Amino acid sequence: MTATPAAAAAGEKPTKSLDISKLLIEGRAFLALALIIVVFSLLSPNFLTVDNLLIMASHVAIFALLSMGQLLVILTGGIDLSVGSTLGFSAVIAGFLLRGVPLDVFGVTLYPNVFVSVLIAVLLGGLIGVINGVLVARFKVAPFVATLGMLYVVRGVALLMTNGRTINDISGDEGLGNTGIEWLGFNRVLGIPVGVLIMAVVALIIALVLARTTFGRWLYATGGNARAAELSGVPVKKVTVWVYVIAGLCSAIAGVILASTLTSASPTAGNTYELTAIAGVVIGGAALSGGRGTVRGTLLGAFVIGFLSDGLVLVGVSAYWQTVFVGAVIVIAVMLNSLEYGRPRRTKQPTAAPADATTTS
Amino acid sequence: MTTEDTPRAADVVLQARDIVKTYGGTRALKGVNFDIHRGTVTTLFGENGAGKSTLMKILSGVEQPTSGRIVLDGEPVAFATTNDARDHGIAIIHQELSLAPNLSVRDNIFLGREITRGGAVDYAEETRQTRALLEEMHLDVDPSTPVGDLRVGQQQIVEIARALSIDARILIMDEPTSALAAKEVEILFGIIDELTSRGVSLVYISHHLEEALQVTDHAVVLRDGTMTARGDRAEIDLDWIVRHMVGENFDLGSPPDGYELGEPALQVQDLTVLDPESPDRAIVDGLSLDVRAGEIVCLYGLMGAGRTELLEAVAGRGEIAGGRVLLDGQELDRGGIRDRIGRGIALVPEDRQRDGLVPTMSVGQNLTLASIRRFLSRGLLSRVKEKALATSLIKDVTVKAPGPQTPIGALSGGNQQKVVIGKVLATDPAVMLLDEPSRGIDIGAKAEVFSLLADHARDGLAVLFTTSEVEECFSIAHRIIVLRRGRISAEFGPDADKADVMAASGEAVAT
Repeated sequence: MTATPAAAAAGEKPTKSLDISKLLIEGRAFLALALIIVVFSLLSPNFLTVDNLLIMASHVAIFALLSMGQLLVILTGGIDLSVGSTLGFSAVIAGFLLRGVPLDVFGVTLYPNVFVSVLIAVLLGGLIGVINGVLVARFKVAPFVATLGMLYVVRGVALLMTNGRTINDISGDEGLGNTGIEWLGFNRVLGIPVGVLIMAVVALIIALVLARTTFGRWLYATGGNARAAELSGVPVKKVTVWVYVIAGLCSAIAGVILASTLTSASPTAGNTYELTAIAGVVIGGAALSGGRGTVRGTLLGAFVIGFLSDGLVLVGVSAYWQTVFVGAVIVIAVMLNSLEYGRPRRTKQPTAAPADATTTS
Repeated sequence: MTTEDTPRAADVVLQARDIVKTYGGTRALKGVNFDIHRGTVTTLFGENGAGKSTLMKILSGVEQPTSGRIVLDGEPVAFATTNDARDHGIAIIHQELSLAPNLSVRDNIFLGREITRGGAVDYAEETRQTRALLEEMHLDVDPSTPVGDLRVGQQQIVEIARALSIDARILIMDEPTSALAAKEVEILFGIIDELTSRGVSLVYISHHLEEALQVTDHAVVLRDGTMTARGDRAEIDLDWIVRHMVGENFDLGSPPDGYELGEPALQVQDLTVLDPESPDRAIVDGLSLDVRAGEIVCLYGLMGAGRTELLEAVAGRGEIAGGRVLLDGQELDRGGIRDRIGRGIALVPEDRQRDGLVPTMSVGQNLTLASIRRFLSRGLLSRVKEKALATSLIKDVTVKAPGPQTPIGALSGGNQQKVVIGKVLATDPAVMLLDEPSRGIDIGAKAEVFSLLADHARDGLAVLFTTSEVEECFSIAHRIIVLRRGRISAEFGPDADKADVMAASGEAVAT
């Protein structure tokens, strides 16, 4: 138990130079984003234009939605590897519904309207979250394993549904009354792409939930110390299930928006996006051990990744180099995280602490 | 070469001088001198939080002293790591066993220093040496048995064997008997005798005072990070130890009086809790007890007597195999912890790091965690109300913290404990259960915690607390219930005899 003395030392008066480095660490995601914007503005005149910023923002929206769902899971000390698959799955569901559901028994084909199709796709994403959550909370499957399994299962179902092929032409038919999916991916309200607005609304809601609701407080407590939370009356299992549900819903929303942007639904959409989502959360300063992290940080993290990739494309760097850069940013972010939170805390392990030594008042 | 004030300096293997250890702003050791004599047993006495474990961690290289020096065989030494200390022949056996349960006895003994030949582990040689060691320890198990299959007492002996296999000259044992059966304690004491006759020096830490007196040659007593006494076996007895451990002005208060106790607030009837490890054994065995409103009851018992399990079952954690829990005469259904808190039964858990605190949260957030609904305003948390509640709680339970924003880790153990108690009090309980509330906090904080409990009892709170320090039974408790193997073995008033209480707990078995 070396954590307690370290934590106690943290309460000591910091020196001035420490303050500056502390500021740098805390503002790292923001600084990284500023750096990216400055560098790419210098490299390309097209980078810092309203048009390009909006295009990049709509790319970011997909990642940000995934990351925000992931953030909640990570705040409880878990991880959700199935978000990328869920994204692809919900895109396929939306595409499938918009192409019409053949009801062979009645010899008719049902064409649900866009609103219903999207709603069903999103709710099914939530259902995947329920399965994840129940596996983790009730059956005590390690989050990594449970959601890794779901990553495969969900992706498999999406591939099965379409036989591996992309569903094209999901725009619907005027006569069938199921048009309008493009609104999500192409339209703008007040000049801002709908996807970006949805991201902003989700971010506001989640930020409010985290900061100002009982659920938010429970969530932080669960991630900080689940046993203590439980003994304080926090319904830890319920909280755990819900975070996976929200992650599923967020992924599904991202999936529908992506399908709309592409006007097609690919069963392989969102492949490896779960890792990008985790990267966004980590760059945003959340601790993978749980209990620490904010929506603001995660949004910044998603923007860092999105702007970096798009900027590299814009200045003509090969896609392979992009992968290298993004990877480097993630590693640096994690290094800075460990600087901020110090050595990994061992207080969460159920050791009957030699209270003797660590806690003398 | 330093020859300090010790009369028989030649016998002294190790001298620790003016050892100071500070954690943050807390001084755990305030300049302690400590000698270890060749081929003898030195026992370190002291309450929780006196600094015993800290001192032993420094001697075994787990931690480094803030200042002070260690002299081994006349040479000044400094241990940067446990390996350093081990190379100097100092081994420590921790209270919590540090064996890997999945590995065999042999692999555990040679863990980290495997015997190799030509790059491969020489299992035959390791097995041979292990067999010899086990024989020496009179432990009849096969070297290839997984340690997890052994009884705790046997594991303890494996741990000792491991220490000896590195030719330890100084062996530190931190509460080695706490998990042993009486017969295993005898075996251990036999081993200790053999070791000392071979010239090995032992440092022994135990809460079982009588037991420690059986084996010790010298005694050193620590209190609040300071050495308060040192003596040879001939000069010391139980009274001497207790007197120096707790100090002359030891006062943890007295049972609050001047008011009538109310009706029974908590009633436990025929409660049975099974041992999750071996479900054919009842850890709480058909136990019944009442606590009246305004009454403070102390539950005394040894480790493993079922205290924690009893309190947790009453608090709604885990499965119970039978029995009923009543609050104000109304039977409670099997609702979980959350439900019980809502009805007015709340638990202050034993291990505050593990079960009591959320280390990532501030003092304020920890204090209000169990009573969030008290600062909701139209469904949302009100920062203003939360701060007001946290600030008033900090004042109520006298937490020494600059404000609600302070990180919980910056507080001392005593103040952290007050935070946990404050959190529970904020739920406005009718019955408060406290599992070893004084564990790991210093005397001053202990007295404050007890006086806090006494104040709330006066206002009608029913308090049930456990302790493993018999002294603490004779503080604020109106009644002392002794628990032994899951059952109540005796009940005493506040004027009972200390020895009777200890005898009823089974503590005398070891003597």
